[in-house]
Formats: sequence, structure tokens, C-alpha cells
Amino acid sequence: MTVEGVTYERRSAAPVIAPVRPRKLAKVPFVELTEGRLAGVVSSGSDPARVYVSSINAGDHGLSCRTNNNRPCGGFGGSHPCNHLRALADAAVTQYGIDRVARYLKADVAPGADDLWAGIRPSSAEPRAADVFAGFLRHLTYLELPPSTEAMPELQWFPAAGLVR
Amino acid sequence: MLADALRARPAGLDAALALVDGLDDVLVDGLARIGEAGAAALSALATAAGGTPLAGPAADAIGKIIAGTVTDEHVAVLAGVRTALLGAAHDALLSGVDAATGRDREGWSAPAAPPQAGRLLAGARSWLRELAIAGWRGVDHELAAAGSQAIQALWADPSSRRLAVLLDGFAAELRASAPGATLERVPVRRWADLWTRGVLLAQDGFATVPTEPVHGRLLILGADLHEHPTVFQVQVHGLLETPDGWTGLVRAAVAAPKVDTISGPSAWRMLASFPVLRTVLAQRRAVELSGMLLTPAGDLLWDESHAAAGEPADPFTTARVSLGRVTAPAAAALDRHPAAIAEPVLLEGYTAGDASFDLGGVSLAVDLDRLPAAGPLTPALVAASTACLGLLRWDAGRWAVQPLAVQAVVRKKPVTAHTADWALGPTDAKEAKAEAAAGAAVDILRERAGRLLRK
Repeated sequence: MTVEGVTYERRSAAPVIAPVRPRKLAKVPFVELTEGRLAGVVSSGSDPARVYVSSINAGDHGLSCRTNNNRPCGGFGGSHPCNHLRALADAAVTQYGIDRVARYLKADVAPGADDLWAGIRPSSAEPRAADVFAGFLRHLTYLELPPSTEAMPELQWFPAAGLVR
Repeated sequence: MLADALRARPAGLDAALALVDGLDDVLVDGLARIGEAGAAALSALATAAGGTPLAGPAADAIGKIIAGTVTDEHVAVLAGVRTALLGAAHDALLSGVDAATGRDREGWSAPAAPPQAGRLLAGARSWLRELAIAGWRGVDHELAAAGSQAIQALWADPSSRRLAVLLDGFAAELRASAPGATLERVPVRRWADLWTRGVLLAQDGFATVPTEPVHGRLLILGADLHEHPTVFQVQVHGLLETPDGWTGLVRAAVAAPKVDTISGPSAWRMLASFPVLRTVLAQRRAVELSGMLLTPAGDLLWDESHAAAGEPADPFTTARVSLGRVTAPAAAALDRHPAAIAEPVLLEGYTAGDASFDLGGVSLAVDLDRLPAAGPLTPALVAASTACLGLLRWDAGRWAVQPLAVQAVVRKKPVTAHTADWALGPTDAKEAKAEAAAGAAVDILRERAGRLLRK
């Protein structure tokens, strides 16, 4: 990746994270690729006060789905993805693009293919619902923090996201 | 002429950058794995610091680092030497532009204000030290996330906001790129820049800047938008005219925490508590300031109780009338870096290409990566432009202009577009519809936060 001979390695403003694409949040309010897994929170279809915490590990593709109170998901059968896991994967693909998700999970998805599950060999994983749910709550606290007006010269390194072209 | 300044290469610039690159390359593999070349690069850095106030500490810290002892103090000295080199590069580049534009730059005479006491910085310092030891190639998922707790503590303390914002953006990049061992390309200079600034801001003695109240009229030149997953900032560049006849370049910035799924035009919603600023931007008005605080670096601390929307003021008119004879502020010593240069300029009479302007003898690159989705500027508008208000920037060995506004001719009709035209929501019907749909995300997350956080 060079811009007229200028190398990526010597650019202060080199882009690292591709801008996320807009998506509807009602069904899957939170998705993250972090600590070696794709994890997220999926709203319950029946109870507005309940959410499911679903995750797919990178590498071994261990799956997990529990409620926020750490009860097992009724539709999840060990290594068979439930609707929550499918909704999570769909949301992640919309938000990050299939290439980034597949690369992160080490899923074997052919270039140009659009089915993430085709590249996933699911197994069952230790549930880490509490960690993921804590991550979601932390995520929500950003919306509660007050704005600031002090100068932050470091933000010159972070131009606002351009259009996903 | 500006063209000459853009072509010129200040003496010593390449040598300074070569020293910086040497350190940056060491940080790729980490301070725990300094090879022969790495040791030579670090020694050269110590030699370069000879004759400066950093000479003694640099020789000592670099010697110990090469020998295998890496403490927070050693790391701070390394960051200090790198900052000094890039600060000198910044000054050399900027003085060339100042000479070409006839801009008077103030010297930095402000006394250092005392640092804020009682901040919880040790956690951030130790994470930054661990990163330097491991190197970017050695960052795994665990180390990338290891700063989270320290960063959350910084967010909770308003006096540490600047460091919180920087480290959160940096950590997000490391997490997205982990494991570093298999990363295709490493953003070597960028991560060294962010790491260095983080180390300096995490020092207990980092001085704050003094302020003084100012009155007068702020004529806006344009708005620069900044963003990473958890912050959105609008930084306004403008001219302050004070009652005693002084005219100077100033900036004002407001930033709101956010989450990654809030981006594009709906990010403006996060700045709902700044109605005056959003209105003057969207309606292209001047601002009457009464006692707003200004720092010697030219930063207004925006406070809506000291600002009132004024008369309509076209930024292009402002630039044509006044930009040629302004005073520019000095940069704070530790903020000096070539990538921090953002000089407002008005360009006219050029020939626009796809990604460059021919200024007659010199081709100036247009930084199309800095055209935000939150505003109406597009590469096509820039390519059709006849006048451009922008920020002159220097990165990766060359000058480029970041457009903040353009006057263009589209289908034989004159069009003007500014980055902050959508500060109160998109003015284009199709974009407004999309923003309404995406903007619902903010409401949905707030509803979820209300339900789950307060249980």
C-alpha cells in the first residue's frame, strides 16, 4: 500500500481500522472483535429486559450463547449455532465486512464468498458471557460521559472516517 | 511563493527523520529484542541528543535499555528524544511555510502552568512500557487489551481526558491488529507517534497550559473533523478579531465520547450540547466571543455561555480579505510534530486533478483520506473545484492539502460545500433520510444503556 511512493510504514496518519459500516442496532446492539473472539449482545425476541451474549472464538471456532444472567440459551446445542449466533455473525459481517471477520476468526472463506458459516468448523467453548456482557456495559458508558472542550492535538492523527468506498 | 516552500526540503530534515526511523524500527520487534542494527540506531539517537539538555539522561537511559533494563524512566527519556527530533522537524517545515505565506508566528513565552496532581497514570505508563518491550510484532490479544482497565480509569477522570482519548484510539488499533506477529503491514511511524505521545502525557509532571479571557469576533474558516471508535471531535479554525485591532489564527474544538457504531453524519448528534457552535457552522455565521478562554497555542476553550451567533460570514470572503495578514500562534513545545501541522490556506487559480492541485510549477497532493462521511465534500467536488479552503499538512515526506471547503462548478452551476454544512443534520434529502435511520442507533443504545446500566 503506497500513496505515490510514500510507504504506509512511514505515514503518521496511516489508516489502520477501516470505518465501520452503518447497520441497524435493535436486534444486535453490540458487536466486537477482541481478545481472540467475535462477541456480541443479541436482544431477546420475547423479553425486552433480556439479552443474549454470544461469541465465536478465533481459531478453534468455539461457540457460546448464554443470557445476561448466565443461563444457557435454549436454542443452542453445543456446537450447533442458534439464531442468536447467526444474528451476531450477520451483524458482524455488515459492520466490519466479511473479509475482516473471516480473517480475525481464521475462517476459511473464499475471496468474494458471502457465507461466513461455510468457513466455520464449530465446536463448543467455555462460556465467557460475564466478560462480554461487562464489555457491553462498558461500551454503553461512553454514551453517558460528558463532552470535552480542551485541545487534543493527538486527534490530528485520527481524521474522521471517510465513506466506505 | 507557496510553491517554493512546498518544493523545498529543510536542511537536516532527512537526517532527523532517519534517527526517528531507527528508533521506530526498534519498536517493531521490541526493546527485549534489540539486534545489532537496533543497538546502533539507539546509540545514534543518544549521540544526536548530545549537546542538548537531554544528553545526560539519553546516554544513561539508552545505555541501560541496550543492556536490557527497561524502566518507566528510561522509556520516558526515549519518548523525549524522539519528540525533540520531530519537534525540530516541525519547526523547520513550518517556518518555510510561514515565510512563503507571510505569516507572523508568535514565540512561546507562556510560563508552564503546574501539572494536575492526583491523576492515576501509573497503569497507563506500565502498559506503554510493556508494549515497548514486546514490540508491535509481539503484541498478542492479551497485551493489546491489557491497558483497558487503566484506560477506563482515565476516562472516569475529566482531567485525564486527553490521555484517555489517545490511548483508547491506540488500543483499538492494537486490538484490531492483534496478533502483531501475523500482521501484514505494521504502521511503524504511526504507532511510534501514538506511543510516544502517550508516554509523555502519562508523566506526572506534564504541564498544563495557561489561559486568558478574550473578547471579539470569531470568523470561521472551516471545520476539521476527527474520529476514532470512541470519540468524535469537530475542530474549528478561524480568525479572531479583537477590539484593539489584533487579528490572529485560533482554533476551537469540542469532542464527545461515542461508540464505533455511531459514525458518519449521525456523529453530530453526539454534540447536542453545543447548539451555538453547530448553528454557526451550519449557517456559516461569525461568533461574538465575550470572555472565552484562549491558550497561547491558539486554542479557545469553547464555552457556549461566552459565545453568541453573529452575522452571516462567508469563510471564503474571510480568507480572501484577512488570511494574508494574520498572526499565527506558536505550538506548545511537546505538541510539535510534523503531523500536527494544520495551517489554514486559501488556494485559487490552480488546475484540479484527481488527487492533486497543480499550483503552477508544483503539484500539491490532495488528502482524499481526510474527506469525512459526516460532511458533503466528495472527491468529485474537489476535482471540480476552482477554489479551496484547506489545511496544509505534512506527512510521510510530502505536503498535502486537506480540503475544508471548496467552490466548484457542477453542471455549469456554482456550488459551495463546507465540511460542517451538516452540523445540524444533512442538507441533502437522501443523506438526511439515511442519517435519520442511522441516527436511531443513538436512541437505541441510549435506551439499552438506561435499561441495563441503572439496574
